[in-house]
Amino acid sequence: MHVSDIIFVIVGFVTVGSAAVVVLSRSLIYSAFALLFTFFGVAIIYVFLGADFLAAAQVLIYVGGILVLLLFGVMLTHRLYNLNLRTETFQIIPGILISFAVFVSLSLVATHTQWHRVPEKPLMPTTDTIGTLFMTEYLLPFEIASILLLTALIGAAMLVRRRTDV
Amino acid sequence: MITLHHYLLISAALFSFGILGVLTRKNAVNVLMGIELILNAANINLVAFSRYSSSGFDGQIFATFVIAVAASEVAVALAIVVTMYRLLKTVNLDQADSLKR
Repeated sequence: MHVSDIIFVIVGFVTVGSAAVVVLSRSLIYSAFALLFTFFGVAIIYVFLGADFLAAAQVLIYVGGILVLLLFGVMLTHRLYNLNLRTETFQIIPGILISFAVFVSLSLVATHTQWHRVPEKPLMPTTDTIGTLFMTEYLLPFEIASILLLTALIGAAMLVRRRTDV
Repeated sequence: MITLHHYLLISAALFSFGILGVLTRKNAVNVLMGIELILNAANINLVAFSRYSSSGFDGQIFATFVIAVAASEVAVALAIVVTMYRLLKTVNLDQADSLKR
């Protein structure tokens, strides 16, 4: 029982607990800030898995980009005179049943399948290898992803422009 | 000892919480948060299998693309939410129930 195992258990509980707060909280701002903890927890899990580049990318893009965008969305879409920001839930009992059924089936498959055992590779920096792979073997998906990002940016900016003819 | 099962259990829990968020929340931004939880759960699965299998870095490259696609999807989805707020003065999904205003 190493210290890293204890830390992993703590990080796992923080991540899943923050996800619970995101989904079950009464206030929208509490959900957004619990999502921050979830993203950081996922980044720490990536570090445990030896994916250091992915952990840094997760923090940069998810916390620094997507979470900020979500907070913009929260702040732009509530009535200024009603700062309650309380959200209601809709048919929570069937939702809980369905998500619990999904969780039970996924975890049964995960624990009862005989996954192919591979000796554990040593932890090493991955940025160099991932960069080389992006430029050699995965060049086409890389370029397509940049075109996708460009299209999404143009589309989002076009959607919210001030229409002077409406 | 931390094995593959623990990562898969964490990812399954995140996934089911994301599904709960998408199914039960009425605010559109809340539903987007649930979708982000689902994407992160899939990413954890990808990276865990990339580490505990012999396929090299495929899982991590795939996860990087998932992060890029998630970022663009959040941008477009929030543009839609802001437009919906402009038109309907609310982001309550219950009140977006007709195609014609």
